[in-house]
Amino acid sequence: MPCLTSSPLDLDRLVARVVSPERGGVATFTGVVRNHHDGRSVLRLEYSAYDAMAEAECARIVSEAERQWPVRVALEHRTGHLEVGDAAVMIAAAGAHRQEAFDACRYVIEEVKRRVPIWKREHFADGTMSWVDPTARPKAADVAPSDGPVP
Amino acid sequence: MSSSSHSTPPASAASITVEVLVFAKLAELLGQTSLRVTLPAPTTVGDVRDAVLASGPGLERLTPALAFAVNRAHTTADAPVVDGDEVALLPPLAGG
Repeated sequence: MPCLTSSPLDLDRLVARVVSPERGGVATFTGVVRNHHDGRSVLRLEYSAYDAMAEAECARIVSEAERQWPVRVALEHRTGHLEVGDAAVMIAAAGAHRQEAFDACRYVIEEVKRRVPIWKREHFADGTMSWVDPTARPKAADVAPSDGPVP
Repeated sequence: MSSSSHSTPPASAASITVEVLVFAKLAELLGQTSLRVTLPAPTTVGDVRDAVLASGPGLERLTPALAFAVNRAHTTADAPVVDGDEVALLPPLAGG
């Protein structure tokens, strides 16, 4: 199954790919476009990818998880324009028990963020846009506008 | 694109031509998403990066932020490249 898609993600469809009668635990993760970054209001995001490598890297991550734990994993990531509230990434991991399902699901999202060549450009409420650079600032700076005064 | 950043190789030395893919902010700054780079052999991913970043003013400042892939797998700046490789210069990843 391809990992990248320009169509809306569907958690039921992902779960259906991994469930089976002997798998009693299904863990899922959904990453959703949020409305703020570094205290600025985000209207929408634009995802782009190095498609061929992103597919290869997603396949490698899924097979690593399936080798490391007795699970089946499904992974999909959106590309193109996403609005606030849209799901950008979904993962479903199913195993006989919850422990391996949670562990595999966590592993996959962390490796996706670290390794899959995908970029996003934020469009802000003030009409400007910028490429997201997760290495540029400490996470502590990423607070919602309502959490305090905007610098 | 050809690089003149290296001295002329001896006649016996082969040159290496690679396809370079660039993305996100780097593609925007270069005004293109792929380019061809020819360098004298032997050469590395870091040499390819330097040749690409030398093609525009102020691009060197991106050097510390870039990661690399050769033929669709992550690699490091000191990795050798051979003729025909697909080299990708990757700005900070932001998937998920």
